[in-house]
Amino acid sequence: MSQLFSKKNREIFKAPLGIDNPVTVQVLGICSALAVTSKLEPAIVMGLSVTVIVAFANVIISLIRKTIPNRIRIIVQLVVVAALVTVVSEILKAYAFDVSKQLSVYIGLIITNCILMGRLEAFAMANGPWESFLDGVGNGLSYAKILVIVGFFRELFGAGELLGFKVIPESFYELGYMNNGLMVMPPMALILCACIIWYQRSKHKELQEN
Amino acid sequence: MKALRNYLDKIKPHFQEGGKLHAFHSLFDGFETFIFVPDTTSTSGAHIHDSADSKRLMSFVVISLIPALLFGMYNVGYQHYIHAVGELGTFWEMFGYGFLAVLPKIVVSYGVGLGIEFIIAQWKKEEIQEGFLVSGILIPMIVPVDCPLWMLALATGFAVIFAKEIFGGTGMNIFNVALVTRAFLFFAYPTKMSGDSVWVSSESIFGLGKTVDGLTVATPLGIASTGTADQVPAFTMDMVTGLIPGSIAETSVIAILIGAVILLITGIASWKIMFSVFVGGAFMGIVFNQFGPDTAMAHMPWYEHLALGGFCFGAVFMATDPVTSARTETGKYIFGFLIGIMAIVIRVLNPGYPEGMMLAILLMNIFAPLIDYYVVQSNISARVKRAINSNN
Repeated sequence: MSQLFSKKNREIFKAPLGIDNPVTVQVLGICSALAVTSKLEPAIVMGLSVTVIVAFANVIISLIRKTIPNRIRIIVQLVVVAALVTVVSEILKAYAFDVSKQLSVYIGLIITNCILMGRLEAFAMANGPWESFLDGVGNGLSYAKILVIVGFFRELFGAGELLGFKVIPESFYELGYMNNGLMVMPPMALILCACIIWYQRSKHKELQEN
Repeated sequence: MKALRNYLDKIKPHFQEGGKLHAFHSLFDGFETFIFVPDTTSTSGAHIHDSADSKRLMSFVVISLIPALLFGMYNVGYQHYIHAVGELGTFWEMFGYGFLAVLPKIVVSYGVGLGIEFIIAQWKKEEIQEGFLVSGILIPMIVPVDCPLWMLALATGFAVIFAKEIFGGTGMNIFNVALVTRAFLFFAYPTKMSGDSVWVSSESIFGLGKTVDGLTVATPLGIASTGTADQVPAFTMDMVTGLIPGSIAETSVIAILIGAVILLITGIASWKIMFSVFVGGAFMGIVFNQFGPDTAMAHMPWYEHLALGGFCFGAVFMATDPVTSARTETGKYIFGFLIGIMAIVIRVLNPGYPEGMMLAILLMNIFAPLIDYYVVQSNISARVKRAINSNN
């Protein structure tokens, strides 16, 4: 048990959540971060879906990594990811139809999410299943974290709601407050991502380039 | 002046290293060099020694904006009296009303913008940059009079931080800061920036004017964008003098012309850009007259296109911004011409945007470096060819 959560393994899990964040440091998976974050709920569902898919794709690829012929490994990885994406997509359609409608093609497009291919190529092809699982969960959650932060601000200031509940009281609107229409447009997601990157870089000296 | 100089000299030690007000040294420095030309010049190397630093240039731009601003104030009052009160007031009533309506916007714009600049200058331990002197007066001039102050403050803050400071401050920005402010407002709060209810103030201020509910007055461009082909607003002298509803200072061609003359005489703005913006706009207006779709916008005569909306204001004060426009001499013609074309194309072909000047200038701001690059490259290759030919 102690080996399962050794210092190295904990590091594998924690690094993406901190200074090796796939979205803000490696700048991967930005496209879906722009597309699904105009409300908080789809952002959370998208984040969780990606987490599940990265984690299990990592485990499966890691298990069969020694039998995959090197020349067709990308195809094998894509098949595994595609299968998992289909499963997740069907589950969402069955149990969360509204959200799956909102996410529309973006669930299917998880297959092209750069974070997935990046983790499979860079980590799962070279490490054991347990480490790969931790790595997948860590990267998925850190992706979800950024999506949730961006989705939080976009829904709060763009619609005055959180998860569909009115948060900004009616009295504010009577005083002349208005929802910010720019927040629901994709450019604002990019600017919010940039703000997160700005904050992170000013906190961590080692991320700053000259 | 002498007394002011003596006073500044007296309080100066407090702001220097070790003084008790050292935290505000950038503030002091900013005001001192604004009022008096600094006496420190560089001593080594090849530098141009001239007292016309960028603070002095900026002051000239502000002076050139004053006719348009004063007329804008008068027009705010005039529009209010004619549409809300129903009869004309005296000159001073109307001007006073407009003055009181516009002044808070100027205060908010300068307060927020300069506040952010001071904080950042202090934080980066740099001198205060003077670029906001012009942006701060431009911002209240290009918004509708009904734009709430908190929106103006938010948009100004956004523009100063995201359009200017993160690019490195004055002189490094890609986009015109005042136009980014307007674009932010335009996309974030479209109901307060366009439509029929924002162009004429409907509140009474300190007993001047009259409060009316649900006042709607469309701008001539607004009428043209919704009208059918035979409903082109007739061209009147009011469109030239500026007694039409619109953003605060954009309406008067005459007041803007005075500003343009000041800018051209002092050599701050490029006549090439101004001229080619008008040529581009006129060209595209004529093209749409001949071949355009069957709408009021397309049937509008070219001189009316140039007189209405923010076309003149944008051409004279926005497109000529030396930081965000093309810098090569040939590039200036291309840059201006494309702004004129794009502005009319957006007006005519996009029914959602009755005014295209803001988006046209912002778009060409992006392309200005590219235009410069190709102008320089073509010059280089032409000279290379000439050199090879003369060698053979």
